[in-house]
Amino acid sequence: MSVKKHEGGMLINPIRDGTVIDHIAAGEALTVLKILGITGSCNEELSIATNVSTKNPAVKKDIVKISNRELSKSELNKIALIAPNATINIIRNSKVVDKAGVEIPTVVTGFVRCPNPGCITNSDEPIETKFKVVNGTLHCLYCDNILKSDIINYII
Amino acid sequence: MHNMHHIISIRDFEREDIDALLTKAQQIQSLGSYKQTLRGKLVALLFFEPSTRTRMSFASALARLGGEAITVDSVEGSSISKGETLADTIKVVSSYVDAIVLRHPKEGAARLASEFSSVPVINAGDGAGQHPSQTLLDLFTIKENMKLDGIDLGLLGDLRYGRTAHSLSYALSHYDVTIHTITPKSLEMPQWLSTELKERGTEVVEHEKLEDIINDLDVLYATRIQRERFPDMASYARVANTYKITPETLKDVRKNLILLHPLPRAGEIDPAVDALPYAKYFRQAANGIPVRMAMLEDVIL
Repeated sequence: MSVKKHEGGMLINPIRDGTVIDHIAAGEALTVLKILGITGSCNEELSIATNVSTKNPAVKKDIVKISNRELSKSELNKIALIAPNATINIIRNSKVVDKAGVEIPTVVTGFVRCPNPGCITNSDEPIETKFKVVNGTLHCLYCDNILKSDIINYII
Repeated sequence: MHNMHHIISIRDFEREDIDALLTKAQQIQSLGSYKQTLRGKLVALLFFEPSTRTRMSFASALARLGGEAITVDSVEGSSISKGETLADTIKVVSSYVDAIVLRHPKEGAARLASEFSSVPVINAGDGAGQHPSQTLLDLFTIKENMKLDGIDLGLLGDLRYGRTAHSLSYALSHYDVTIHTITPKSLEMPQWLSTELKERGTEVVEHEKLEDIINDLDVLYATRIQRERFPDMASYARVANTYKITPETLKDVRKNLILLHPLPRAGEIDPAVDALPYAKYFRQAANGIPVRMAMLEDVIL
């Protein structure tokens, strides 16, 4: 795991055990955490770096480090919708033991709300929302409504 | 027993499924009502919003197959709607009957019902959502008059909000049909749908004036233009008048043209047209019976 050198020290510290999510689009780190259900009141030690420089001077990125927690593949794929280029590093004993990209799931269940107020999923029913992912857009499997660009606004 | 199957959305149908159902409906129609294949079967007609015509049509279809309907006179105010989730209602009701026909104001309600029901569910309309029996009877009526391939079909009216037209055009994309949309400005077919149809290989041609295309059509499907879509009465009246179909409108059309409308009509078609050979909308409504009989048989047997 590369350590970001910053003038006068490191921007964020390396972690010993946990998960590092790298190459998040600049400014999306907080949304990524929101999708993963990780808030400031969790027990995990969190480091968040935003607008970090990359080798390409035109591109900035965000990095999130979560200590002492290894996120599962299905948890991580949730973030693929807004951070399709993210890479995931699982760290044990300061060593990267697993490195992978995220995969956009074919069906998104439970963490996006349907924007259609007339959709049954917005009633008090014991169901989770379900969307089929088609070219980066979400198609509600209940009411056929299509969610295109502002997916972030509908994350539960 | 074979795998339980529901009829929720026309989007769940492949071309073969549609053809099989229409063939079944055609066979039922030619046999008449003495085919009592559903004798001893009970079906709940669960209507959470009024729709007299659809309910009567399903009740008639069921009775003609020898089955019996259980209906609730008014779901509003009965214990069934008092704070109970639809999921719970469906779990309970499905334990009483052999199938459920559901009408509900919320889009996606029928899909939800199918997930909680222990018996097959037929969607009889969920809000502004799907109404597959309407689409199937539309297709049945076209097929009764001509092949579903190689035709020019005009969709007239409110194509922005009109889900009847949306479902029909999606279903037609399984066939070799050119769709001509004829709409006033601001009530055009939504972009996502016309893109989807084009991606599925269907040619979609937009028109603003009916007279530009009417003489080249095999099917003209008129839908209601609703008053509430317009800012004021005057602009509604102007548009409604432009699209009104009269004997004069039809004077140079193709001989084989058929004129369809999901009914009830609100002035889109002059009653003087009813006597012309093109008028098939009452036949279309009548075709709801064999088509719904086929749907009931299909899910129950």
